[in-house]
Amino acid sequence: MKYAVELQNASVVFGSGDKAVTALSPTTLKMSPGDFVALVGPSGCGKSTILRLVSNLIKPTTGAILLGGREPAAKQLRIGMAFQNPTMLPWLTIEQNVMLPLKIVEPFKRTFHQDRKGAFRDRVHALLAQVGLRDFAGHYPWQLSGGMLQRSNLCRALVHEPDLLLLDEPFGALDQFTREELWQILQTLYLDRKPTVLLVTHDLREAGYLAKRICVMSARPGRVISDEAVSIPQPRDIGIIYDPAFVEMTQGLRELIAQVRSEEPSND
Amino acid sequence: MTEANRTRIMSFSLIVGFFLLWEVLCLMLDVSELVLPRPSEIIVTIWDRFPVLWPHILQTLYSTLLGFFLGVSIGVSLGVLVGTSKVAYAVAYPLLVGFSSIPKVAVVPIFVLWFGSGVTPAVLTAMVICVFPIVVNIATGLATTEPELEDVLKTLGASKREILWNVSLPRTMPYFFASLKVAITLSFVGAVLSETVASNMGIGFVMMTASSNFQVSLVFAGLILLAVLGVMLYTIFSVLERRVTGWATRGNDIAIT
Repeated sequence: MKYAVELQNASVVFGSGDKAVTALSPTTLKMSPGDFVALVGPSGCGKSTILRLVSNLIKPTTGAILLGGREPAAKQLRIGMAFQNPTMLPWLTIEQNVMLPLKIVEPFKRTFHQDRKGAFRDRVHALLAQVGLRDFAGHYPWQLSGGMLQRSNLCRALVHEPDLLLLDEPFGALDQFTREELWQILQTLYLDRKPTVLLVTHDLREAGYLAKRICVMSARPGRVISDEAVSIPQPRDIGIIYDPAFVEMTQGLRELIAQVRSEEPSND
Repeated sequence: MTEANRTRIMSFSLIVGFFLLWEVLCLMLDVSELVLPRPSEIIVTIWDRFPVLWPHILQTLYSTLLGFFLGVSIGVSLGVLVGTSKVAYAVAYPLLVGFSSIPKVAVVPIFVLWFGSGVTPAVLTAMVICVFPIVVNIATGLATTEPELEDVLKTLGASKREILWNVSLPRTMPYFFASLKVAITLSFVGAVLSETVASNMGIGFVMMTASSNFQVSLVFAGLILLAVLGVMLYTIFSVLERRVTGWATRGNDIAIT
């Protein structure tokens, strides 16, 4: 069987010689199609580096990345990515921002000029409605609040129906209520289409609520030190984050991360 | 009355007031027409001599606009070349700054030497004078494009060209239009400058000739025409700027300044 995402002893070193900084120790990680993996760990452990590797923004120094069994450059999988900052293009309306992947990604780009006023627009509007932004399609990014921008960010990551969804702490800067609301929206969207999802987060409850598997990374230079399945069936009710079994699981993760943090070497 | 309208009315009153004060002071102090003609005399001169002045106005506009468009084409191409590569930006910047700090008046005699007097040096002066602000602004806009915005397209597998068209160039538009406003005024200055030195057409030439014939009110008529044309050209590009890059000023209705 082909994995959707496979890191084979991939490591990343920035710079060279005396100034070399190892961002990621050789790491192996396998994700089946439809899997939802949350990556947690202390800050600077290389979580985002893994995402940048998988999204082909950087190349591994050693080892290899395979997406759908092939090199990332082969574009075997359609990738949707949501960054920590919403990074909406300020000169485009929310609708145009969300539509952007359809202009770039095959096979949508071929019919972009015919469909952008028709089928594609309907698709964008349906997605925006799903996250409660129906009336904001024509607004510019600066007219929206942080939470609204994160919602549009999520829409832009999903509009081209990616096989692989990469989320880099997409709810980091939001208040608890908005965050929980977006968790539920994300869960619904995930269960609708079942893409493979790799979520990087600091929030253990977010990881526990959303993911099927949680991978814990060690301190820098990071590697995966624990890989546990979350046994709670999906869809999960938001109330489970107060369930004793859930709290116990997040406590366990918390202690593990506290432990690897204390092992952090004092110098690089 | 809206804030913007009040500002417009005040600007207009200030302009009218300036000319009224000029008129009144000249009358009160009995200033000779040979030193400083009154605005009313200048307007009469423009009116009387308009059929003669008109071809010269067209000539100056032609030299300005032709030089400007050549300058913009060259400036944009150079700017994109320099701005899309970090190395090229670092390497070329000192040379660009050096070129742009040469007073462009100094190149007029060289153009006259090479091409003789007439339209060519006027167009070329208008061109060289406006190239550098455009190059520097385009290059700066491109070089300062946030990598995060480019990453959005890179993760989608976009080609370099798609990134340039969808992120870098739109991101650079506010810089480009800001430089266009400066460039069109500079081109105008360049064309007139060259006309005063070596030409037999254009407003610059009219002013030079009138000056040597002591037709002082005609000299001032040329000056007023230059001011009006300058404001018109600037306004056109201001309006264009607001249309295209309204996102950068967040849609505020900024009075044309």
